[in-house]
Amino acid sequence: MGTPPSTSSEHVSLSIDGKTITTKKGSSIMRAAMSAGISIPKLCATDSLDAFGSCRLCLVEINGQKGTPASCTTPVTANMVVSTQSDHLTKIRKGVMELYISEHPLECVSCPAKSDCELEDMADLLGVKESRFINEETQRPDHYADQKKDESNPYFTFNADMCIVCSRCVRACDEIQGTFALTISNRGIESGVSNASINFFESDCVSCGACVQACPTAALVEKSVIKLGIPQKTVQTTCAYCGVGCTLDAQLSDSNETQIIRMLPAKSGAANHGHACVKGRFAWGYAHHKDRILKPMIRKHIDDAWDTVGWDEAIDYAAQQFSSIQINQGHQAVGAITSSRCTNEEIWVMQKFVRAALHNNNVDTCARVCHSPTGYGLKQTFGTSAGTQNFDSVSHADVILLIGANPTDAHPVFASQMKRRLRAGAQLIVIDPRKIDLVRTPHISATYHLGLKPGTNVAIMNALAHVIVNENLLDTSFIQKRCDSQAFMKWQEFIANPNHSPEFAENITSVNAENIRGAARLYAAAENSAIYYGLGVTEHSQGSTMVMALANLAMATGNIGRAGVGVNPLRGQNNVQGSCDMGSFPHELPGYRDVTDDAIRASFEHDWLIKMEKQPGYRIPNMMDAACAGQFSGLYIQGEDIAQSDPNTQHIEAALSAMQCVIVQDLFLNETARFAHVFLPGTSFLEKDGTFTNAERRLGRVRPIMPPQTGKQEWQVTQAFATALGYPMHYESSAQIMEEIARLTPTFSRVSHSNLDNHGSVQWPCNNNSPQGTQIMHEQTFTRGLGQFVITEYQPTQEKTTRKFPLILTTGRILSQYNVGAQTRRTENIQWMAEDVLEIHESDALPRGIRDGDWVEVSSRKGSTSLHAKLSDRVNPGVIYTTFHHPESGTNVITTELSDWATSCPEYKVTAVEVVPANHLSPWQLKRQLKSRTLD
Amino acid sequence: MNLYETYTVFIPGDSAAVALGANLVAEALLQEANKRCIDIRLIRNGSRGMIWAEPLLEIQTSAGRLAFACTNPEILVELLDTGIFERELDMSVAERIHPSCLGFTEDIPWLKNQNRQTFSRCGIINPLCLDDYQTLGGLSSLKNALEQQPNDIIDAIAASGLRGRGGAAFPAGIKWKTVAECSSPCKYIVCNADEGDSGTYADRLIMEGDPFLLIESMAIAGYATGANKGYIYLRSEYPLARQILDQAIRIAQQKNLLGDSILGSEFNFDIQLFVGAGAYICGEETSLLQSLEGKRGEVRSKPPLPAQEGLFGQPTLIHNVISLCSVPAALVSSGQHYAALGINRSLGTLPFQLSGNIKYAGLVELAFGHSLRYLLDQFGQGTLSGKPLRAVQIGGPLGAYLPDRMLDTNLDYEEFIAIGAGIGHGGIVVFDDTVNLQVQARYAFQFCVEESCGKCTPCRIGAKRGLDNLSTSNDLVLVEALCEVMESGSLCAMGGMTPIPVRSAIHYFPEDFTPTELVS
Repeated sequence: MGTPPSTSSEHVSLSIDGKTITTKKGSSIMRAAMSAGISIPKLCATDSLDAFGSCRLCLVEINGQKGTPASCTTPVTANMVVSTQSDHLTKIRKGVMELYISEHPLECVSCPAKSDCELEDMADLLGVKESRFINEETQRPDHYADQKKDESNPYFTFNADMCIVCSRCVRACDEIQGTFALTISNRGIESGVSNASINFFESDCVSCGACVQACPTAALVEKSVIKLGIPQKTVQTTCAYCGVGCTLDAQLSDSNETQIIRMLPAKSGAANHGHACVKGRFAWGYAHHKDRILKPMIRKHIDDAWDTVGWDEAIDYAAQQFSSIQINQGHQAVGAITSSRCTNEEIWVMQKFVRAALHNNNVDTCARVCHSPTGYGLKQTFGTSAGTQNFDSVSHADVILLIGANPTDAHPVFASQMKRRLRAGAQLIVIDPRKIDLVRTPHISATYHLGLKPGTNVAIMNALAHVIVNENLLDTSFIQKRCDSQAFMKWQEFIANPNHSPEFAENITSVNAENIRGAARLYAAAENSAIYYGLGVTEHSQGSTMVMALANLAMATGNIGRAGVGVNPLRGQNNVQGSCDMGSFPHELPGYRDVTDDAIRASFEHDWLIKMEKQPGYRIPNMMDAACAGQFSGLYIQGEDIAQSDPNTQHIEAALSAMQCVIVQDLFLNETARFAHVFLPGTSFLEKDGTFTNAERRLGRVRPIMPPQTGKQEWQVTQAFATALGYPMHYESSAQIMEEIARLTPTFSRVSHSNLDNHGSVQWPCNNNSPQGTQIMHEQTFTRGLGQFVITEYQPTQEKTTRKFPLILTTGRILSQYNVGAQTRRTENIQWMAEDVLEIHESDALPRGIRDGDWVEVSSRKGSTSLHAKLSDRVNPGVIYTTFHHPESGTNVITTELSDWATSCPEYKVTAVEVVPANHLSPWQLKRQLKSRTLD
Repeated sequence: MNLYETYTVFIPGDSAAVALGANLVAEALLQEANKRCIDIRLIRNGSRGMIWAEPLLEIQTSAGRLAFACTNPEILVELLDTGIFERELDMSVAERIHPSCLGFTEDIPWLKNQNRQTFSRCGIINPLCLDDYQTLGGLSSLKNALEQQPNDIIDAIAASGLRGRGGAAFPAGIKWKTVAECSSPCKYIVCNADEGDSGTYADRLIMEGDPFLLIESMAIAGYATGANKGYIYLRSEYPLARQILDQAIRIAQQKNLLGDSILGSEFNFDIQLFVGAGAYICGEETSLLQSLEGKRGEVRSKPPLPAQEGLFGQPTLIHNVISLCSVPAALVSSGQHYAALGINRSLGTLPFQLSGNIKYAGLVELAFGHSLRYLLDQFGQGTLSGKPLRAVQIGGPLGAYLPDRMLDTNLDYEEFIAIGAGIGHGGIVVFDDTVNLQVQARYAFQFCVEESCGKCTPCRIGAKRGLDNLSTSNDLVLVEALCEVMESGSLCAMGGMTPIPVRSAIHYFPEDFTPTELVS
């Protein structure tokens, strides 16, 4: 369509080439023409970018106007009479095309873009094959001679020789991604795309690929396209990295239909609108990595070498082990952990396996260690364990309160959407111990950055609420109409106490009281204020309290139930929402329904033809403790690496070592597999068939690009395991599993694969009340009826700094890597981050004799590890920061098993530590290294 | 009644005068006066626009200001030796005082025959003395405006017939009305002081010679359109203008001519000076706005018009320096006085700037309607070289080259458009018979190659191809084809008007384009 759609609700009629066209006010002439089937030549225009008007191919004539305005930049007006064809226009367009060709000869045969080049298309359309404007004496200029082809980026190349300087890449970087890494340097004929650095890799580029997608020629092109040619076939699927859940078009080779050539974000994707990040777009090569294990393996003892076996043997062995454990130690002695990386269908079968084949509720999921407080807190206050909005809602927010989340690294595609809104004028409050990029980034500057001391979230949130209550900034009509008044009165009385004043909080949080007041006023005064948060909220001993404090704040100011507001968890994993929805909890059945509720249990028992255990099962930490106590001996872990990702690694390792049968189902021999007895090879998302549910409750289809390289879908493996344990399952397809999900889960009753295939993604609840799904929750009433204010008393964490452990370690993520890095480390993304480093403030480093780049040992009460130090003012004095993308870093050797009081979500974000210069690996690292070597 | 006491000496501090040695004369004056124990008050005024007479030295006498042309330290010593500061002189024969004496400044025909409306104070006062400014009528227009309704001011501007003096000659009244009618609470006045055309210097002259006029005019424009913030986008190549404007803005802020509640009214207005980064294209209004926003100086497509969505997306009244500085004159008697000057739709006056190979170069403010020949004969008085005049380029580097036979065209916007030329900013460059127009046509393309922002294809690539062609094959059919693409296809006037000098050179001076005449 050439230019983006108009958002106007008014329409105008005009005539183009004699055709009467009615279109939205504010549309370009180009869009109006194209919507009526009249094509206009163009090169710089594309509907993902604002009209620019530089190529001058789309010129038209308008009655009563002199000259030949560009149809992309000229909006329609009522009764306008436009001609898109005339001898004069043809002459000008051909002339322009000849100018292009004088700079960019049509050497199409040798070009990697071949049939995918808009310049070639336009030259064909205009019938231009060569340029009169160039002759032997005036050869093509060599002003690019000094610019070599830039191949520094692992995924794409830039070749200035092929560039037509349309600025689409620059505009994509600015408008879509919001990084502003590219510009046009020089002027006139010397104009060229520049990354203001020595090359793309060293520049500010974040490798999102938006520029590559926007390029009309082969100036910016994927290396995979150069190698494998232009793709011919597309399969639409959903990204398997973060909780944004981008819709991706996997583009495949013609000759080899399982060969992916590139991933392009789909314009139709409701979560991503045609955008992706360096992980989703480029980092899928791990699916073919040599480390992938494709055949089942077993071993008697974890010090033995693995035996590769057939599927039947592996499953028989596993079933035999689990049966013997249950016979010897009781039916509670085994359990399973579902994966947030797997499909809803795979997870459903897993939790059913536990309940029907293991006869207990010992099922938990990795959400335990990330967003379990979100589920708990939002259920208590609003009635639904999920975020309240869709992503697009952010485009209506006037103030964004961002707490404990780093979207530009962890949720890049949503961050770009948020940045667009911030550039349009929305104000930003960041509450984070660390200066994340959004505090100050091109064209964005947070109005407030409250750089609080880690572990004091609740104190600062209470102080914000205190200002709102005491300065009478409440939305009383919302509270009266929508909330439980008694609970509100109690809360109001509680929060008005001077103990919650900003001045009081300043002593706890180290945040200036005036800034707390300013932020509170800003949040309360805006028309639409929206809260976005991440693991910096949940991964604390008061994670659940904090989530409820956020909900309180939103209710107190009436910021719930419409576009632009809400309480929005930014969920880490592609299907962490789904894994929770599917009942991967020891106390809840699918749809967050209490396992102790007889009626609910009965509905499953009736369908599954079993008698179900009423007693809630073990959470992951309980499993570990029980294992150490010799009461829990069999664990089936699907797609999670608890030995790397869970806190207090040494405790986890002890627990795993104590078990009789650990089954790991994964793509790779991960850290946990070091302690496994059965290895069941898993499938990558490129092989899966099913659905993922993203952070906005959106179910997107995951479609197989290739058959499972292991020969089995993961749900087939679980099904076989269940059958071997004496509970036969008979699913024939993933779609059939979704039918069962819909049948047994009221919030999903209208979901089916065929609906998703026909209508695209859908946000739950999707049932008879809202057959199209639900974009925004709690619009009229809360799911629980009246909104519930909850008292949120601040309790300091038990993890205290002392003279021995004077610093606080907090942890986070970086853009190029994903979680434990099992996938991203096996792609070229590793070029951006070879190791985890420790960020430390100069004023903490210098007195300890630590310089930038030094080896340092970080020790906590739990353990120690050695990392390289990076001096940084992103962290405040007293706070240090690192990531845990690399197993050898052993970051979680240091973290403690302190956890959220309500959900046992670990307190990853606060560990008291000391840092000293080091010249050696820590004892844990040495042990790990030794063990890895012997295994090799 | 004289504004300045007797024996006050005026030596311009203007860039052109300084370039011609005015500072040396001023230093010599102070040294000599000190040596001779003469009590002298020196004022560094602006230039009167008689660039041919700079450094012009004036001495206030009881009968008026005596002018001395093309002074230098030696002439100054001679002048002091005449005892000029010690006795009343016989003024009947000025040359008797010193050969450089032009008589009383007010009587110099070159000045007397002009119609100075906008430049009425320029060169007369101390540019940074607000009292002098007021004494000679300054601020009366703003005071008057603040007592009127904004709409009345816009009506008066419309009635005056004032059109944009930057080159496009768009009616100011319509522009003001468009901005005033936008409901945004945040609007801007932007002054385009990126005077980059070769042969033009009127903006600089007025900014250095009468800076409060620009400030007053911008405040009036702000009041009339509802804008509270103004920016002056000044080219970096005008360091002296920068110093003077900086000081003038500071003085204006101190004296409440800028700031909150200006001159005791309820109107707030302030101005910020912004110095450009050296790109000619930033004289194009949309590129200027991009640059002012801190972005690459690159043309934006219109619509939206800057009047509706200009600086930072807000309604913006953007005018060239002279357009704004003409406002107080245009507002006299609700526009009637100004509208009575000029002809047809070209009303009021325009400060023409004579340069190039010309005997009397300088700024000539005239009402529209005289012929170009009148202007050149009456004021320029022939070429500097004494050789015959062969071509005149009018309207800057993108203006037409005209031969002698076209000089009878009247100075009227529409008459010039009718002959494929334009008055533009009023810059006029004269060439004698040594000029080769094929070289000049090449230069036109070369200029576009150097200064194109590079956004649109016709300008970015077309100019280079034009230069290549004229430098090699000299294929005029191809050049014409290129001119057509550039004219119709370019995004802004840079590429769109480059064909004007090229085509006029080919059209009026075809003999320079024959193969034997080609000059490498």
